[in-house]
Amino acid sequence: MKKILALFLLTTIFYSCGEDLDDNISTQAEVIFKLNHTFDDTAINVDNYNALNLTNANGEMLNIDRIRYLISRIELVNTSGFSYILKDYNLTDLSDINTYKFNGNLAIPTGTYTLKLVWGFNEVDNLGEYPELNTASWNWPDMLGGGYHFLQFDGFYNVDTASSSPFNFHNGTAKVSDGVFEQNFATIELPNEIFVEQNTTIQLNFDIAELFKNPNTWDLNVLDTPLMPNYNAQKMMQENVQSVFSIGDVTYQ
Amino acid sequence: MKILSFLCVIILVSCSSKETEHDTYEPIPYALQIPELFEQKLIPPLVPANNKLTIEGVTLGQKLFFDTILSSDNSVSCASCHNPQEAFSDSNVFSEGINGQIGTRHSMPLFNLAWNFDEKFFWDGHKFSLEQQALEPVIQANELGNLSWNIVEERLQNHAEYPNLFQKAFKTSTITKTLVTQAIAQFERTLISGNSKFDRYSLGQETLTPQELDGLDIFMNEERGDCFHCHGNPNNPLWTDNKFHNNGLDATFTDLGLGQFTGDPNDNGKFKSPSIRNLEYTAPYMHDGRFATIDDVINHYSEGLQNSSTIDPLMKKVDQGGVQLSIQDKANLKAFLLTLSDTEFVNNPQFQN
Repeated sequence: MKKILALFLLTTIFYSCGEDLDDNISTQAEVIFKLNHTFDDTAINVDNYNALNLTNANGEMLNIDRIRYLISRIELVNTSGFSYILKDYNLTDLSDINTYKFNGNLAIPTGTYTLKLVWGFNEVDNLGEYPELNTASWNWPDMLGGGYHFLQFDGFYNVDTASSSPFNFHNGTAKVSDGVFEQNFATIELPNEIFVEQNTTIQLNFDIAELFKNPNTWDLNVLDTPLMPNYNAQKMMQENVQSVFSIGDVTYQ
Repeated sequence: MKILSFLCVIILVSCSSKETEHDTYEPIPYALQIPELFEQKLIPPLVPANNKLTIEGVTLGQKLFFDTILSSDNSVSCASCHNPQEAFSDSNVFSEGINGQIGTRHSMPLFNLAWNFDEKFFWDGHKFSLEQQALEPVIQANELGNLSWNIVEERLQNHAEYPNLFQKAFKTSTITKTLVTQAIAQFERTLISGNSKFDRYSLGQETLTPQELDGLDIFMNEERGDCFHCHGNPNNPLWTDNKFHNNGLDATFTDLGLGQFTGDPNDNGKFKSPSIRNLEYTAPYMHDGRFATIDDVINHYSEGLQNSSTIDPLMKKVDQGGVQLSIQDKANLKAFLLTLSDTEFVNNPQFQN
C-alpha cells in the first residue's frame, strides 16, 4: 500500500512539474505601452494641452504650446534580473495622439517584471543616426554636443500678469565649455512590480509638473530661455526628470 | 468577293490585336532620384500606394503642369504661378490667374514635397495630400478659373493627344479629375532639390567660408538666431519642419491662416514654415509676400516681431522685437542662407516645359 501511495505521489509530482515546465516555455505575452500625461492632478491630453493655465511649484501660471520628449531602451526586467528591451525609442508629441502608444517589439514570457527606461538617449545611442528623428527635426546642435533633443517644452509663463514671457525648456547633452560636453540622459527604474500576462497594457504616467519641482524648484523668471547652452540648467533638468514617470494601470485583454 | 472578305478579316484581326496591345500596356515604374544626403539623413519619401510613380504618369503630369488647357480661357497653367526658375514659386507678391485676377496668398515653392509626411498642403494646411491639393486651383475663380472639373475633363477628353497619354499612364483613356491630379502629383514628387553648396559641404565635397560658417552658427545657436527649431538643420536637409507657426508678423490678424481651417482660435495667425532651401529664388517672402528681400526677412526676426495671443514661444525675444542681430551677424546669416541655393534644380531641363 505504501509503495502504491509513494508511486502515486511521485507520479503526481512528476506530472505537475512537467505541466508547469510546459507552461513556462509556451506562454509568451505581448506588451503595449500607453503614455498618460498630467500636470499634478490635471489630466493633459491632445485636446486640452494648449488650452490650460497651469501653476508650477514656484507659483508661476503657465501654458503649454508644445511638448515633445524622447525615451529610449524601454525594458522590462524579470525577477532574475534578465532584461528585455521592448522598444528602442519613442518620441512623444503631445499634439499627436498616435505617439501616446507603442507596442513592444517582441513577446516576452509571462511573469513579474519592473520597468526601466532611459530619458533621452545614452551616449551610445545619441549619435544622431536616426533618419526618423532627423525628419522630425529633433536634432540637438553640434555646438552643444549633437545628437538629439530629449525634451522640447515651449510655452508662456506669468500668463496671469500683463507681461507673460516665453520659455523654451529644452533638454539634451550639456555643454561644459566649447568642445567639451557631458552626457545628460537619465536612467529611470520604477520599482513597481508589473505582472505580465497575455496582451498586457502598461500605462506609463508622465507628470509634467515634476519637471519644475523635484529636487529643483524651477524659477522660470530666472531660467526661461535660452536654456540649451546653460550647463547648470541642463543638469537641473536631468535631476528633475527622475521623478516624472510612474506606473499607472496595468490592464489585460 | 472572297478577297474582300479576306481583307476584312485581316483588318478586323489587326484592329483587335492593336486594341489588346493597348489594353495590356503596363506603365514603367519611375525611380525617384534621391540625393545621397537625403538617403543618409531622412526616411524614404512618401509615395501613396494608389499612385505609384511611372514614367508615363510623370511625363503626363509634367505636360499637364505646363499646359494652359487646364485654365478656362487657355491663358494660364500651373507653371504660370509655379515657375521652375523661381523654385516653382512666383516673383509676384500675389499670382495672376485668368483675366489678370490675383490671389490672396503668395505662391508656395514646390520641391521635396514627398518628404512632407504630414501631407498638409497650402500655407494653412487645408488640403491633405498632393493629389487633393491639385484639385483646388483648377476651379478657383482667381486661378485657373474653371466653373467645374467636368468642363476640364471634357476638354482633355476631346484633345487629340491626352486620351492616349492617360491610356498609357493609367490604362484607361477615360479622363477624370482624379487621374489628372494623380498625374500632376506624380510629376510634383519628382521635383527634388538636394544639390546646393551646403549639401555638398555636408557630403565633404566642398568647404564653407568663415562667414558662411558663422551664419550657420547664428542659425543653430539658441543665443543668437535660433532659426533651426522651425527651419531644419544640417541633419534635416529639408530645411523646414513642415509645421505651422505664428512667427510674429502681426499683432492682429487679417488672415487667420491655420485657424481659419481648424476653427481653433489657438491656431489663428499660424502658417506653414516654408523651406529656406532655394530662398534666393523664391522672393517675395511670407504667406502674403510682404517681404521683398532676404534682408527684410532677417530684419523681421531681428527687430520686427509683433506680439499676439498665438505667437510661437520660440519667438523668445518678442518683447525686444526679436533676436537683435548685429549688422555683421545679419550679413553672415544671409551668406549661410545663400549656400542653400540649388542652381541645378532651378535650371534642370527635366523639370521645364
